[in-house]
Amino acid sequence: MDLLGQILKYVVLIVLAISFLLPFYWMVSSAVKDDAQVYVVPPIWFPRPQFWENFWNAWNSETFNLWTFNTVVRYAIPATFGTVLSSSLVAYSFARIDWKGRNAVFAIVLATMMVPDWVRLVPLFVIFKTLGWINTFNPLVVPAFFGNAFFIFLLRQFFLALPLELSDAARIDGASELRIFVRIILPLSKAALAVVALFTFMNAWNDYLGPLIYINQEDKWVLTLGVGRLRSAVDEIGNTKLAYPWLMAVSSLITLPVFLAFFFAQRSFIEGISLTGLKG
Amino acid sequence: MIALRRLLPATQREWRNFLLGVGFASPWIIGFLIFTLFPIGSALYYSFTRYDLVRDPVWLGVQNYVAFADDADFRLVAGNTLWWVLLSSPLGVLSAFLMALLLNSRIIFRSFFRAIFFFPAIVPVVVTAFVWIFLLNVQYGAINSTLQAWGFKTIPFISSPDLMKWSLVVIHMWSQGAAMVIFLATLQDVPKSLYEAATVDGANAFHRLWNITVPMVSPIILFNLVMSFIGGFQYFTLPWIMTQGGPSRSAEFYAIYLYRNAFQWFRMGKASALAWVLFVLILLFTYLIFRTSGRFVYYAGAAR
Repeated sequence: MDLLGQILKYVVLIVLAISFLLPFYWMVSSAVKDDAQVYVVPPIWFPRPQFWENFWNAWNSETFNLWTFNTVVRYAIPATFGTVLSSSLVAYSFARIDWKGRNAVFAIVLATMMVPDWVRLVPLFVIFKTLGWINTFNPLVVPAFFGNAFFIFLLRQFFLALPLELSDAARIDGASELRIFVRIILPLSKAALAVVALFTFMNAWNDYLGPLIYINQEDKWVLTLGVGRLRSAVDEIGNTKLAYPWLMAVSSLITLPVFLAFFFAQRSFIEGISLTGLKG
Repeated sequence: MIALRRLLPATQREWRNFLLGVGFASPWIIGFLIFTLFPIGSALYYSFTRYDLVRDPVWLGVQNYVAFADDADFRLVAGNTLWWVLLSSPLGVLSAFLMALLLNSRIIFRSFFRAIFFFPAIVPVVVTAFVWIFLLNVQYGAINSTLQAWGFKTIPFISSPDLMKWSLVVIHMWSQGAAMVIFLATLQDVPKSLYEAATVDGANAFHRLWNITVPMVSPIILFNLVMSFIGGFQYFTLPWIMTQGGPSRSAEFYAIYLYRNAFQWFRMGKASALAWVLFVLILLFTYLIFRTSGRFVYYAGAAR
């Protein structure tokens, strides 16, 4: 009976795992098809021959190099830098400085996580438009320098766990609070800071709504907007491009960095998420 | 006066800490005022106006809100969104919980399976949208051409208004990795002794699940459910990319309608009113869940 239960469990696990992976396999295998291999019944799971040049051709069919540059250099890197810097400063205040009103302010930080982004969107658009920031990366990057409630919470949990004696000893030696923060707390928190950097970078890499609203000029697009180009080719009638294979090829390429990050930093991902969900 | 004095720092040391604390927290405090509090306030103001970004706002009073009462579009998107929140949230949480249960039992290659179940949660939403559009396509999608080859009728997953929302639910259940990881961490904290004691008392696997596991993780069920509700009310990107709210507006959710009003039709006043209604709905929903949750949620260590 127990054996039967074990077998059943593994059957369920394996069937589930396969169906979870199937969309990704479909994406990558379709990326190396030509059109004749796309529009057939039954579907081809192992395309022969494979057209690996689709990756290269699809990538070069639009300005994906420029859009990658925009995504990484003009959006993700500055947003990550700003978030890590500001969120760790603020988290330090909530975790390691005992000030009056701290708990009340921290409660507001947590409460802001429930405020829907949509309620802020129109006025923010008006503000950024007045500042002349539409079609720049400022609306996406500048707010990152003012802390993110989610990451403030995560870092605060981490800082709280560091022994207080460390700071006390440094204070007796006359170190300023900023010096304690930079020289003692930050070096001990590399793992947590890495989680924040990883998540922020990935959020920027995956972000669609922000660029959709603030960036209309094509030379300022990010990757998530750029792939849409290949999507419209799919819907065009009588197009001569390899519409679906190309769409899948570029989709695979922009998933690859996320996959690699996850592959090499799986622990950080898992721990970062369980930390925020649990200790609250 | 006494109450006020108690709120303020008293000694020099307290003042020093206060200034330091506020100083370190100032990025968030300033950001909160500029990017959250002020926008929420001005959204309330705009919601009482007609505003197209070009001309100055025109005061309308509560007209934007009153108009929702007999606005067929509003009813449509509100209905779609309510459907979405009430179905996708429990089913998503259930999916995450079951995956976590499976992973928490004694299995080999646990972290391998965990990685597979988790990964869809971090894939760019655009990619999720494109892959599933292709997969579910009625003519040459992988699923339908397989059905066709086996002699079955094809299923218009994303081209039929009746099925579109259900397809989105399936995709939603597929991308529950984050909630699953949170569940998994909680499950691992449930004391083994509880299960051992129950087994000695003759409880079978189902009893142990229902009487130990579920109560012990119920606070996290609540947490995931609330987060899922809040996210569900704001559901936008996936249905927008897949079908722009179609087919036949069956996936036109509240946020899509809000987006259209604000950024396609430049009705900033109406969009702000929509946003505020959404805000109040979310607050109300969250409040109601927490009010009624006391009966279902068990907090270990809390006095009953």
